[in-house]
Amino acid sequence: MDFTVAYNAAREALPYMLGGVVWTVGLIVGAMLLGLALGVPLAVLQVYGPWPVRRAVGTYVWLFRGIPILVQMYIFYFGLLSWISALPLFSGLGLDSPFVAAVLVLGLTSSAYQSQIFRGAIQSLPAGQLKAARALGLTDPQAIRSIILPQALRLSIPAWSNEYSILLKDSALAFTIGVVEIMARMRSIASTTHEPVSMTFLAGIIFFVLTWVGVKALNHLESRVRIAGYTRQGAA
Amino acid sequence: MSAENQTPPVLEARALGKTLGGNRVLDAVSLSLPKGCVKVLIGPSGAGKSTLLQCLNFLIPPDSGTILLEGREVNGKSRRELCTLRQNVGMIFQDFNLFDHLSALENVRVALMKVKGMSKLDAGELALAELARVGLQDKAALYPASLSGGQKQRVAIARALAMDPKVMLLDEPTSALDPELIGEVLAVIRDLAQNGMTMIVATHQISFSASLADEFLFMEKGRVIESGSPAELLRRDSGSRTLAFCAKISELSGEGGEAEVLAPECRV
Repeated sequence: MDFTVAYNAAREALPYMLGGVVWTVGLIVGAMLLGLALGVPLAVLQVYGPWPVRRAVGTYVWLFRGIPILVQMYIFYFGLLSWISALPLFSGLGLDSPFVAAVLVLGLTSSAYQSQIFRGAIQSLPAGQLKAARALGLTDPQAIRSIILPQALRLSIPAWSNEYSILLKDSALAFTIGVVEIMARMRSIASTTHEPVSMTFLAGIIFFVLTWVGVKALNHLESRVRIAGYTRQGAA
Repeated sequence: MSAENQTPPVLEARALGKTLGGNRVLDAVSLSLPKGCVKVLIGPSGAGKSTLLQCLNFLIPPDSGTILLEGREVNGKSRRELCTLRQNVGMIFQDFNLFDHLSALENVRVALMKVKGMSKLDAGELALAELARVGLQDKAALYPASLSGGQKQRVAIARALAMDPKVMLLDEPTSALDPELIGEVLAVIRDLAQNGMTMIVATHQISFSASLADEFLFMEKGRVIESGSPAELLRRDSGSRTLAFCAKISELSGEGGEAEVLAPECRV
């Protein structure tokens, strides 16, 4: 393989590939936020809910952790969402778009994983925190909102940035249902330029940079919300 | 204790029972806290002291029995009644349980805002005043991780006092402290007692509590087996279970016969 040819091909392809970054970022931001919005209440319900609710959350988590993302993409895109958007009530909402299907699948799956991150963090807090809040007259929802979650979410950031990096790479599967993200563009340009290897390298580099930037940003967030002298490991 | 006859006790427990994991942790325990009185719970660990205190504000719901706040029975199933009870009953824990993500000031302020609905400004002012009362106004901005054990417990006391409780439950408030930090916390508790706060304290600080308490309650195996004034129970010839227990504690803590220290106080 001629390196210069490969390099030039990659350089020429770069703007087109970077156009896919917008879609990839859209996918993971949407999915992480959906996962967060569902994961926090799921975790709270799984820890503090009555047993039927805990059971239901457990089943939800099993379902989304147990079915491969690729299979879910097909189920949602070709099945559920295409049926739903055929209903008069939901037609014209764009629910049958591959992007919506991919964000839903990645977000729901991530909510299952994120709920377990938050659940672990909540359960790692000393029981006395909730007791003290109750003893002061706070209701359980108040105690969870102002005492439990602010601590649990801080503790969750390292695992959350891990979840980000996993989700970012899972998002590459969205090309299978036609989202024109990085991976989809890599495949199309590889076939037109006949430079599959250099295009694959380029895609790999772009994913790596996205991971690096995101994880760094979350590390930064972690240190910004850190509380003076309060670390789990360092606790004397 | 003269008020006992005219007004109902601030807090009263009737025949509290609790079984945990097959063990009868509380066996029909009754007690009454008239306004301004200080009662001290002593007894070996596992006797049910901590369970009793936590049943009094339903942190552990009792299986049987009733709790009365100022003569009115509290319905433990009603959220609102529970919150009212807990606002009126301050609790201090052995391991402080400060909220680790909040500064000393915020620890005191949070319930004032959430439970009492005070504005941030008013709550902050009151919180600062309460911190000043326990001598910690200059530590208001510090987080629990940078406070000493004694300071943490004093913040916890300020946090409870800010709610303006009618009675305080103290669950071994000095047991987790280094010996040299115990004094500062005991001083705050003594201050409270002298200002007429109604209190029940579980503690192993016998000589300290003997000087404050109106009544000692000795617990063993989920029951109060002896009660009486410290002077009565600790009299050398009383032959009480309490005296034997206290003698053992002081022997172990190496205070060189605390009973000796106690004797003069108790003869009064």
